[in-house]
Amino acid sequence: MTAVSAVTTDAGAAPGPAATDAAIVRLDGVTYSAGGRTILKQLSLEVPRGSVTAIMGPSGTGKTTLLRLMTGQLQPHAGRVVVAGEDLARLSRDGLYSLRKRMGMLFQNGALLTDLTVFENVAYPLREHTDLTEELLRTVVLTKLQAVGLRGAAGLMPAELSGGMARRVALARAIVMDPELLVYDEPFAGLDPIALGMVLRLIRRLNDALGLTSIVVSHDVQEIAQLADYAYVLNAGTIAARGTPAELAADPEPAVRQFMAGLEEGPVSFHYPAPDLATELLGAGRP
Amino acid sequence: MSLYRNLRERALDVTAKAGDFALFTGRLLAAMPATLARPSLVSAQIYNAGALSLVIIMLAGLFVGMVLGLTGYDILQRYGSEEALGSVSAIALIKELGPVVTALLFAGRAGTSMTSEIGLMKATDQLSALEMMAVDPVRRVCAPRFLGGMISMPLLAAIFSMIGIYGAQLVGVHLMRVDAGQFWSELQAAMESRYVREGLLKSCAFGVACSAIAVHEGFRAVPTAEGVSRATTRTVVNSSVAVLILDYMLTALLL
Repeated sequence: MTAVSAVTTDAGAAPGPAATDAAIVRLDGVTYSAGGRTILKQLSLEVPRGSVTAIMGPSGTGKTTLLRLMTGQLQPHAGRVVVAGEDLARLSRDGLYSLRKRMGMLFQNGALLTDLTVFENVAYPLREHTDLTEELLRTVVLTKLQAVGLRGAAGLMPAELSGGMARRVALARAIVMDPELLVYDEPFAGLDPIALGMVLRLIRRLNDALGLTSIVVSHDVQEIAQLADYAYVLNAGTIAARGTPAELAADPEPAVRQFMAGLEEGPVSFHYPAPDLATELLGAGRP
Repeated sequence: MSLYRNLRERALDVTAKAGDFALFTGRLLAAMPATLARPSLVSAQIYNAGALSLVIIMLAGLFVGMVLGLTGYDILQRYGSEEALGSVSAIALIKELGPVVTALLFAGRAGTSMTSEIGLMKATDQLSALEMMAVDPVRRVCAPRFLGGMISMPLLAAIFSMIGIYGAQLVGVHLMRVDAGQFWSELQAAMESRYVREGLLKSCAFGVACSAIAVHEGFRAVPTAEGVSRATTRTVVNSSVAVLILDYMLTALLL
């Protein structure tokens, strides 16, 4: 695995010009709230070009929200999100769509269009955005399906696929336009060990072979340790730690150590805030 | 004070929703040229909203016509005017019952189908996936369904009225022994083109309203099982109310 030197900034601080050139995604002091709750607070981070960068953290810390901010699906309430040199808040709908043609995203459940076959799902972006001949389109689609090992499943409907297969088809669809940036939302969730190993190798192989930048949102520490060049650990809407997986494993910060080692005791509580159990069971705190 | 605040919040909420619906309808209309350029998408939705609703529309039309035949005969024969059954049934069906009952059935059959399909696409991230593929879901998913519904509704209303007249004739002529020649000649003599125009205008307006409400509710549905279920219910309720209000307004306007 090649370690890519990542340029990072402190929360809220503006990165230097050298950092801007190296980063394909940059967040400056981003704050996002929903339902009266602040999910991300003054968060700043950068994703270096050509790297596999992981965003980790316990459930409910805003990882998927962060990913949706990076792809322009959500707008921050404060701060800036810059992708490939474009400030997302300043882009028109057409500008955002032009940028998205250079991005791919793998959703947690695959998000395949259920009324189209596997082949048509992968061909969909090409049909929408290019004028390729049917023969050329077929060649491109079958090549991408071959890359994820599902050329033989081209005629199946999404309902006939297992969870792991659906995610691999979605990956073929995400790379069919040869994007510069590929974003993965929990790519390992619910996969059996064989599928997990294959997806893990695929992400690395695609990143290196196609010269992409990959952002992987996950809470699977072991898999990220094998895959990522650089990682951020999110906790309570802020970045608790950043560094290579090896650096994070040795991080002395209690919240990071608890997350990386999967410890029960630590600053991150397993229980949602509640009154004392004995008091509640005895009736004093009954709602 | 609390009542005033509640009323104020409610009024603001309703205004915001009405504004959102108006903007969404504007986006649908703006997407029409691009949608017309993809006729295969529209024809698939005409099949879904129109062809698949045919059985319920024809069945309802037949029975509404038969009830009209029975009731109409019962009233008209008191005045010795049972030969007017054909004209009474046809005018009632073409002007009023055809468009209104078809629209109510359309909201229940095709409208709910549009809302739940779009809502489920949202709940399973398919709409987000389209956005991420730089495809506008309003243009690709909502506009073809809206146009398909808009085209299907007047056709379904015409079929409803035609089958309804046949039902009235079935009861009036074959059961109540009204003279067939009188039934059809009275119908022909009383029928004016303005009745057909009024029915057509109403069914087009109801088609626009029901389709726009259905796709809007699906697109704005909370992406959970409960959210989609609530959106589907709102489609039926809002469409039915909109149809009845529009019916009164158009009737008053066209008198």
